Amino acid sequence: MAEQSHPTPKLYAIIFITLSILTCATWAIAFADLGIFNPIVAVTIAVIKAVLVILFFMHVRYSSRLTKITVSAGFFWLMILITLSLSDYLSRTLRVVP
Amino acid sequence: MSTSQTTTTEHHPALAHQFDSMAQQQEASTFGMWVFLLTEIMMFGGLFTAYLIYRIKYYDGFVAGSTSISVSWGFANTLVLIASSFTMAMAVWAGEKGIRKAQMGFLIGTMILGAAFLCIKGEEYYTKYDECHIPGRVIGKGFDATGGCSAQDPKLGNIAEEVQQHAKELGKTVPEASALQTARQSEIFFSFYFLMTGLHAFHMLVGMGLLSWLFLRSKRGEFGPAYHTPLELGGLYWHFVDIVWIFLFPLLYLISRHAHAV
Repeated sequence: MAEQSHPTPKLYAIIFITLSILTCATWAIAFADLGIFNPIVAVTIAVIKAVLVILFFMHVRYSSRLTKITVSAGFFWLMILITLSLSDYLSRTLRVVP
Repeated sequence: MSTSQTTTTEHHPALAHQFDSMAQQQEASTFGMWVFLLTEIMMFGGLFTAYLIYRIKYYDGFVAGSTSISVSWGFANTLVLIASSFTMAMAVWAGEKGIRKAQMGFLIGTMILGAAFLCIKGEEYYTKYDECHIPGRVIGKGFDATGGCSAQDPKLGNIAEEVQQHAKELGKTVPEASALQTARQSEIFFSFYFLMTGLHAFHMLVGMGLLSWLFLRSKRGEFGPAYHTPLELGGLYWHFVDIVWIFLFPLLYLISRHAHAV
């Protein structure tokens, strides 16, 4: 099971170049006024970069089902943490101390 | 496939006796490493959540703080770290192929890039120290975002004035009391900035230690096609630290940059 073939240096190089281009993109787009979409675009690019690193550099694409489920469970749990906490805080009034 | 090795004494020296095969051992190790990384995700996740809550509540202070840190250094550091992830992936590849020289070379390359990252981080921290933007009263002269603190140029680090200046450029006026309040609230941003980048930098230091240890084992020729699990797991750790930075960069450096052309 674990002896599946891993990516080649060529694929690693392609991923590296893609990540660099996405970094340049996130930097350039930050200076354009997209209104509310600025943070959304920035985080979306970050998520794409993270997924590329996880799938290829961290070999999750080539790993067993157990590893895939473990990784997915971790990020699902993180989403619970962020979503439930924010939904609570955003739906209440927090007194802003000057 | 894997024949049971419990009946024979002939096996790979790296195989621990509780495992049937090298493949099973590697699978268990990878699973264990990922469970550890999930606890790390939750630790950084808690900080990210706290960051988001305070960013929403004190948005002006966060914008003022974020625009005062160097986006160029942050951008350069992102590229450096991504390059280090690439060399790390190549080191693991060389481990699978059993090419000793390449393992050592790529590990050294990863360490050099990691050191470059920390040097740039140090330069950024020093600038903030010079401008008295370190939160609290313990380090330096204490937090002061009203300028007159920097030894290089007393005009630097005056967030209150920058807030007013920026408003003027947009054709608005901000009362001085309100600008001073925003400057004071930027201390919350800097608390998150130093805590998150500091914890990340600490992980980098741990990673550098791991890389040195892997380098020594590589040098002894311990890794080859049959056994390279430590190299693989060290790689997972290094890539994880890279992922944390991939999120830290847009969240800390790129808040409302378009309104503050540098």
